Amino acid sequence: MKTDLNMMGAKGAIVEEAEGKWGMVIDQDICTGCQACVAACAMENNISFVGEEDAGYGRTQHWIRIERFWEGEYPEVKMTPNQPMLCQQCGQAPCEPVCPVFATPHSNAEQLNLQVYNRCVGTRYCANNCPYQVRSFNWRDYHIDRFHANKVDGKSVYSFHNQFNPDVTVRRRGVMEKCTFCIQRIHKAQDTAKSEGREVVDGEFTTACAQACPANAITFGRVDDHESLVSQLSHQKGGVKHLEELNTLPRVTYLKGG
Amino acid sequence: MASTAHPYSKPAKAHEGHHEEEQDMREFLMYDPKPRGEMNQMVMESMTTTSWKFWVVFGILCVLVATCFIYAWGYMIAEGLGVAGVMRPSYWGIFLVNTVFWIGISHAGTFISAILRVFKAEFRRPFTRAAELMTTFGLIQAGASIFMHLGRVWLFYWLLPVPNQRMLWPNFHSPLMWDLLAITTYVLGSTMYLFLPLIPDLAMARDRSTGWRKTFFKILALGWRGTEGEWRHLTTAMNFFAFAIIPVMFSVHTIVSWDFAMAMRPGWSSSVFGPYFVLGALHSGMGAVAIVLFIMRATMKHMDYFIRKEHFDGLGKLMLIVTFAYSYFFFNDYIVQWYGGDKWTDILLHWLEEGPMSWMFYQLILFNIVIPPLLLWNKKLRQTPWLLALIGLMINVGMYWERYLIIPVMLTINRMPFTWKLYEPRIELFLTIGTFSVFLLFYMAASRLIPLIPVWEVQEGQMTHSLRKVGKAEVPTVSEFE
Repeated sequence: MKTDLNMMGAKGAIVEEAEGKWGMVIDQDICTGCQACVAACAMENNISFVGEEDAGYGRTQHWIRIERFWEGEYPEVKMTPNQPMLCQQCGQAPCEPVCPVFATPHSNAEQLNLQVYNRCVGTRYCANNCPYQVRSFNWRDYHIDRFHANKVDGKSVYSFHNQFNPDVTVRRRGVMEKCTFCIQRIHKAQDTAKSEGREVVDGEFTTACAQACPANAITFGRVDDHESLVSQLSHQKGGVKHLEELNTLPRVTYLKGG
Repeated sequence: MASTAHPYSKPAKAHEGHHEEEQDMREFLMYDPKPRGEMNQMVMESMTTTSWKFWVVFGILCVLVATCFIYAWGYMIAEGLGVAGVMRPSYWGIFLVNTVFWIGISHAGTFISAILRVFKAEFRRPFTRAAELMTTFGLIQAGASIFMHLGRVWLFYWLLPVPNQRMLWPNFHSPLMWDLLAITTYVLGSTMYLFLPLIPDLAMARDRSTGWRKTFFKILALGWRGTEGEWRHLTTAMNFFAFAIIPVMFSVHTIVSWDFAMAMRPGWSSSVFGPYFVLGALHSGMGAVAIVLFIMRATMKHMDYFIRKEHFDGLGKLMLIVTFAYSYFFFNDYIVQWYGGDKWTDILLHWLEEGPMSWMFYQLILFNIVIPPLLLWNKKLRQTPWLLALIGLMINVGMYWERYLIIPVMLTINRMPFTWKLYEPRIELFLTIGTFSVFLLFYMAASRLIPLIPVWEVQEGQMTHSLRKVGKAEVPTVSEFE
């Protein structure tokens, strides 16, 4: 008798459902590295400004970052394409099993990795175990930190006084956070569609980073829908997934050298 | 061989060797008995005699604990972990280095006490308690360091399976959860194992003290009278715990190593980490016992009667064996990883050997692997207390570097080269001084409050050992007690 390893949930079993639900395609060839996605993401998701010193020390909170690399020794350096890096919403996420308090569960409905801020106690194990290094930790209460406020007419102005999205939780110090694929937008679109008695249409909404990208390098949508733009793009030649050898089943496809 | 043979394990052999070097058997504690009353008095005096130097050190430690532990930790809780040096990619910093270090220190206590008791090694008798105390106090520091590490420490009880309205349960898939359970088991087990052999000594102290000390000992001695039945129960319970605590001890450090070995990181996911960490823990723990014995002997009254050259000699031999075992696992870990040829591991190993922290790597090899066997083979050197304490200190420094290399330095290298950055400790340094101060403060307080020498065990040992005259020679004999 053949035993279905997937039924047993055994480690190392080949997972059939590798596609997931929501996915993203990032075309590195047309990415200009303008950082508009980073700014849009920070505004959409209430990401704190950490100040110059902490940012220089490697404590930026951004959920998406543009990685730039160059090859070769000094005079003959060659820039590699810009590489936006964000949470890959892995199907088999290494961050999930290591959390001792279940603050990083997997959403079966949306096929996303969730982060429950209220439950997080800040062991930072998930961030250590993330091969993409895309989780960011709230080292301080940056949103109410007097050292990181601007002085305007003798009053302290915090960053969220200028820009604030009421749909997204403000995270306090000591909790982990990461890209959610703008889950507030997903839910909003789903609720609207449900109230109108229809399914969510491809392209009806998109994430903040994809919306802001001037070169349209980021595409977001349903990867399990083979008609959608994102799944057609992701099956193109030259589509790669990062660190695929770790069997994390990432949901973000990178297009390069097309 | 005969001249170096241990007098306890092979009493007849020591006699045969009298042609070479006649050893005075009265150099050994077990063959140099004192009347029970006198010995009890000596231990009581060692507890009550306190010079002004003690109070000076005690005061300094109190100030250090108040500033570097209580104030610094409170400040960090209030401000957030931003005041520490942890960042991306070194999300774990010195706090976990301290945790692993203190658990390592706590290992030797149980090892010496339980394993030597199970194997009936006689030289353990006078210093089991000093080692067991180290276990308990070291574990307290390890626990404190884990809590320092938490981002929201005020919610630490969420790690425990506390019944709650939302039916939230801790995640038993997480190595940190296993860690918590293992350390809790170890704290409870080792504290009971410390307390059981303490009861007769507490009763002894109760009968010989007045005032608040009498009340204190009266409560702790649980009405011990020393009847036959009480002794039988005590020895049974001690046997239970001695056997039970050995597997717990091995499992605890294996599980601590799994916090690293289970993670998907270059340099960490190594299957040999379990035994490697256990041996590393024993290595640092033995060194710590040598330091503690040296300090006890140098500062406390009458301790030179109880703690002798033979004990340093025995400890030195144990250290030598552990050094060899540790070296084996050290090279096994690094060489097998190197042979694997994984790209990231390769980068990591190059980073260790020529990066900015390479001095730590070479010091680790020198202090932990090269120097100890070069000195410890020699009996004369082994029997020099200050030298053994110095080697112990060196091993502990080396072991601290080892944990530092494994945690923040190895975390620097990950699969995303964009994030590579070297960790700089900030407030962690003060908190490290703080944990060391708390440990020393607890130990100093304990040295005044409970008998650091297990008097009844020494007396029991001395009763079973005797020198018999056969012709002109004195033959050491050991009788079975149980």
